[in-house]
Amino acid sequence: MNKKQKKNLCRMIISAVLLITLHFVPVKGTLRFLLYLIPYFIIGYDVLRKAFKGIKNRQPMDESLLMCVATIGAMVLAIYRDLTGQTGDYVEAIAVMLFYQIGEWFQSVAVDRSRRNISELMDIRPDYANIETDGKIEQVDPDEVEPGTVIYVQPGEKIPIDGTISSGTSTLDTAALTGESLPRNVVEGDEVISGCINLTSPLYIRTTKEFGESTVSKILDLVENASSRKSRSEDFITKFARIYTPAVVYSALALAILPPVFRMVCGDAPYWGDFIYRALAFLVISCPCALVVSIPLSFFAGIGGASHAGVLIKGSNYMETLSEVDTVVFDKTGTLTKGSFEVDAVHHSPMDEAELIEAAALAEAASTHPISLSLRRAYGKELDRSRVSDIEEISGHGIRAKVDGRDIAVGNTKLMAAVGVAYTECPDDMGTVIHVALEGAYAGHIVISDTVKPHSAEAVKALKKLGIKRTIMLTGDASRIADSVAGELGIDEVHSELLPSDKVERVDRLITERSGKGRLAFVGDGINDAPVLSRADIGIAMGAMGADAAIEAADVVLMDDDPLKISRAIAIARKCLCIVKENIVFAIGIKLLCLLLSALGLAGMWLAVFADVGVLVLCVLNAIRALIIGK
Amino acid sequence: MKKSYKIDVDCANCAAKMEDAAKKTEGVKDAVVNFMALKMNVEFEDGADPKEVMPRVLDNCKKVEDDCEVFF
Repeated sequence: MNKKQKKNLCRMIISAVLLITLHFVPVKGTLRFLLYLIPYFIIGYDVLRKAFKGIKNRQPMDESLLMCVATIGAMVLAIYRDLTGQTGDYVEAIAVMLFYQIGEWFQSVAVDRSRRNISELMDIRPDYANIETDGKIEQVDPDEVEPGTVIYVQPGEKIPIDGTISSGTSTLDTAALTGESLPRNVVEGDEVISGCINLTSPLYIRTTKEFGESTVSKILDLVENASSRKSRSEDFITKFARIYTPAVVYSALALAILPPVFRMVCGDAPYWGDFIYRALAFLVISCPCALVVSIPLSFFAGIGGASHAGVLIKGSNYMETLSEVDTVVFDKTGTLTKGSFEVDAVHHSPMDEAELIEAAALAEAASTHPISLSLRRAYGKELDRSRVSDIEEISGHGIRAKVDGRDIAVGNTKLMAAVGVAYTECPDDMGTVIHVALEGAYAGHIVISDTVKPHSAEAVKALKKLGIKRTIMLTGDASRIADSVAGELGIDEVHSELLPSDKVERVDRLITERSGKGRLAFVGDGINDAPVLSRADIGIAMGAMGADAAIEAADVVLMDDDPLKISRAIAIARKCLCIVKENIVFAIGIKLLCLLLSALGLAGMWLAVFADVGVLVLCVLNAIRALIIGK
Repeated sequence: MKKSYKIDVDCANCAAKMEDAAKKTEGVKDAVVNFMALKMNVEFEDGADPKEVMPRVLDNCKKVEDDCEVFF
């Protein structure tokens, strides 16, 4: 609670206490009226002042004016009753003002709290950077650090600026950026991005970017400005409020004047007081604040919650589009598959698989070819290079070497032919085949392929479960490989052997031929598919942490490269939109019902106050639900 | 030129009014008020001096919403 909220809380308590006390004070007439004015002014002076200023600045149509007209009207009616010998009800006007203030207070506290919650979620802004000068560590503003400076990051501190590690090894907590709870190991030479927390040991980092260009600044910028891009729901509410308030004021006026006049014409008693009272209740009900506050709040909370889960949504409008997606188009490499090669299988080997991979990895120990790297990764252990000698790399063929004194040849069919070994063709060659010959005898082959990510199949299934109608995969790969991957993952359609420009055209066609309301999302890794990302109704870039081009081109950025996040993002968007719709229907529905009841004279000021404040409170609470993102 | 300012305002509706008022201020090309982040992003006309324009923006905002503040 801030100072203003505390002050208002005091005002509410004082006037409530006064109101209750006055109920038991046995005074009558003018004195009673004057006494009741005290709590009225305590609770309502700022509203009165605001309404007055509004009129003065010719901006009268706001809720302060509505409240003033309603409460002053109720007061006047009470005075009128006093004058005609009945006992006027002053409590009503004060109670209405009091409840209005309670509503305002609650709204202010709730908005504050959710604002704080969201900024806590996004608490990745580093406050300082450490620079070592003459052996002393100095804290400076990250804004002032030039690229190329070496900064020092202690365990427990956030990395303030993107860079590469110049010395030290440590583990990093990337949870604030990716939602991924597993820490990441980093060693000298690794690129690190700002916003990660250094966990175990000190690191020296050579910065590669300015603070303003670093990942953390970009992300904060993006999330903070996300709610500036308004969704259709928000536009609707703005337009609605613009028409709604004047419409209600004029209806209230009509309600106060027309029926009594009509009754007079018919020769009945006009009941002026009764109809004016109904009109006042009408005014109290009408405040559109529940809508005006809760809709942007829902989006803001949704965007905040999503970013905590490692899903950056660039605007409320994208949140809305994302919730309407019914077709998901994937890029294959890097999105559904890892984009790096791995050992898939070992065939026709007379020796143990592990032994064969070990021998092959040793033979390839000195090579930097991606295939050698994948063989070494498959072996997994430190290579003892002293076991290898006489390495001969034959470009376009493979490698010949001596491992543990035995002749080994690792390479393609050409190499096998060259060393005069009969080889077996791989029957289902889904990737690159590496043949191995040991001491002049065929020792089988190793199949290496781009492997599917562990969660890809699950991700496609999750999307289907969410009711996504079509899943489509686009790839530049051969149809043989593409079909097999799609089959394995359960993807509906495959378009293979596409050039990058074909992908744009294909997405274009999919968009034009789709029927109904469903939107099309394209998921890519942001590398060379920027045009497709921007052509799709909504472009989702994944694993884009640190990739500027992807952050620019995409509408939704998944911070890590787990495809399961796609369904997560859609689920978050749908929940958020569902809350928005609930609030719109609930608020407008209750208001219309109460307006009707009050026009018919079935509802008094008390129900009117509920329709205003109660609905507001419920809508704000509901909006905050968007912040809670289930696992 | 674009600049971002911290603001203080109580309700979303008032923030929208401030946005309108700021947009109409002389020297301001475009303005966006973000109620949730309590920020106002102002894009100035070419050659306009923010130091001179911002008091006018505040004045106009005060006219539509008495209870607001722009920090510049």
